[in-house]
Amino acid sequence: MKVTRKDVETVAVLSRLEMDEAAMDKFTGQFNAILDYVDMLSKVDTEGVEPTAHVLNLKNVMRTDEVKPSLSRDQALSNAPEQEDGYFKVPKIIDN
Amino acid sequence: MELYKLTAHELQQKLQTKEVTAVEVAEAVYNRIDAVENKVQAFISLTKDRALEQARRVDEKIKTNTALSPLAGIPGALKDNICVQGTKTTCASQILENFVPPYDATVTEKLVDADTVVVGKANMDEFAMGSSTENSAFKVSRNPWDTDTVPGGSSGGSAAAVASGEAIWALGSDTGGSIRLPAAYCGVVGLKPTYGRVSRYGLVAYASSLDQIGPITRDVTDCALVMNAIAGYDHRDSTSINTPVPDYTKSLVKDIGGLKIGLPKEYFVAGMDPEVEKAVYAAIEQLKALGADYKEVSMPHTEYALATYYMVATAEASSNLSRYVGVGFGHRGQGDDLISMATKTRTEGFGDEVRRRIMLGNYALSSGYYDAYYLKALKVRTLIKRDFDKAFEDVDVLVAPIAPTTAFKIGEKVNDPLAMYLQDVCTVPVNLAGVPAISLPCGFKGHLPIGLQIIGKPLGETTVLQAAYAFEQSNDYHKRLAPLGGE
Repeated sequence: MKVTRKDVETVAVLSRLEMDEAAMDKFTGQFNAILDYVDMLSKVDTEGVEPTAHVLNLKNVMRTDEVKPSLSRDQALSNAPEQEDGYFKVPKIIDN
Repeated sequence: MELYKLTAHELQQKLQTKEVTAVEVAEAVYNRIDAVENKVQAFISLTKDRALEQARRVDEKIKTNTALSPLAGIPGALKDNICVQGTKTTCASQILENFVPPYDATVTEKLVDADTVVVGKANMDEFAMGSSTENSAFKVSRNPWDTDTVPGGSSGGSAAAVASGEAIWALGSDTGGSIRLPAAYCGVVGLKPTYGRVSRYGLVAYASSLDQIGPITRDVTDCALVMNAIAGYDHRDSTSINTPVPDYTKSLVKDIGGLKIGLPKEYFVAGMDPEVEKAVYAAIEQLKALGADYKEVSMPHTEYALATYYMVATAEASSNLSRYVGVGFGHRGQGDDLISMATKTRTEGFGDEVRRRIMLGNYALSSGYYDAYYLKALKVRTLIKRDFDKAFEDVDVLVAPIAPTTAFKIGEKVNDPLAMYLQDVCTVPVNLAGVPAISLPCGFKGHLPIGLQIIGKPLGETTVLQAAYAFEQSNDYHKRLAPLGGE
């Protein structure tokens, strides 16, 4: 087992996910099976090979900075779980 | 012949000659849905009021002899990760269960402009992650050829709807095979266009460097018609390609004399069903008989494509799905501070496969593993793309299987993620290289359809459609109806 339960716990915290004991054990096993398979990549000689993050040869795509029609405030807020006075509402972030 | 059994181009004729009305066509499809949906489970939501309204508008236009697009009045389904303003778009996830987009996806806008009739939103694997549609948070779709088997995924609802007569055409999305695999399992036609050919604006993101929207239809002619309606540059998708869109129906010619086809031998992986292999070789013989030149080609990095895909796709997914924290839209879990709220939101909202991929992606991107997994995968992606570039120096299209087997039983692979991933072994290289590929029926194993894959050069949809059309017209597989499509 190269991926330990502790590793899976750490990744779960980073991913903002909670898991019970049984799920953690199951995921640890599945992670190891998947990563054992993925390890075949280490056999490939990639010396001097550039990475491909994207198949199109695109650089930054720019446009002119013009005001165009966009969502109204009401539309933008229409799916908000909680809103107040035209703002998205979240729990308090900064303590006084 | 019942109206729901016809293709878009057949229905278009009947509408234009005023033999039927668009409302009659829409009602025929909804009657069909009433009759079989409890067995197929293809839809997450139906939009009947809006659809009949769209159909009535088309009938008005026909009455006044207004020029109509070829898809006007033809009922279709959209995968539930494509935004429709005012209609729930759930991505088959609890986290988006009540999400009502305030805007249309570009493809939706184009299809509405073309006067098509959208009957509903099709079921899928949650966030398009899966190969069977069993990962939907709401229902398991069934294969219309055998309701004990899966329709494939992730666009399983779209393919099952088209195969069972619940829609005449559909849109799916394909990140690693999610259009082509269900098309193959359900015996219909599915095209993944060149990366950038169809705008992704309004498609809920899974893996942004791989995702493409494309058609699922009953035959190649309808595939060309849907492509004509949805392809093209969009300033709202900076990765869409700004080159003119050809008229894809011009590719519907039976002559493929001199077309050079290649078979990448590496696609016949260990575990390939001999009957699938036999059907693909028979298809090659058929293409040769139609005048194509054939040669075997080698694509030596094919065996690494699946491992590469699962690193690239999960890394991109972990980043794309970090937006679901219960603030702007979607489900919110209760917590006293932002982190506990985000954690509750995501824990309650995401299913197992989505969690697995987010965590795998975060692992591959995390410090200490980035070079070994993510960066390594991007380098191998370069080598996979070079295999395609090299093969296409010698041939016009590549011919391969879609999957190692025909549709598998519901429940067979749900507890073994790697076994499920292996269904994508023949489809993921195409997404990594960004090239177009079609799936179309090339035979049966028992009562289950087998899919043939034809892969083209970047922006080579025209050649792919031409080869597919010539092959289709030389057999009658596309005319067979699924048991749930032919009663």
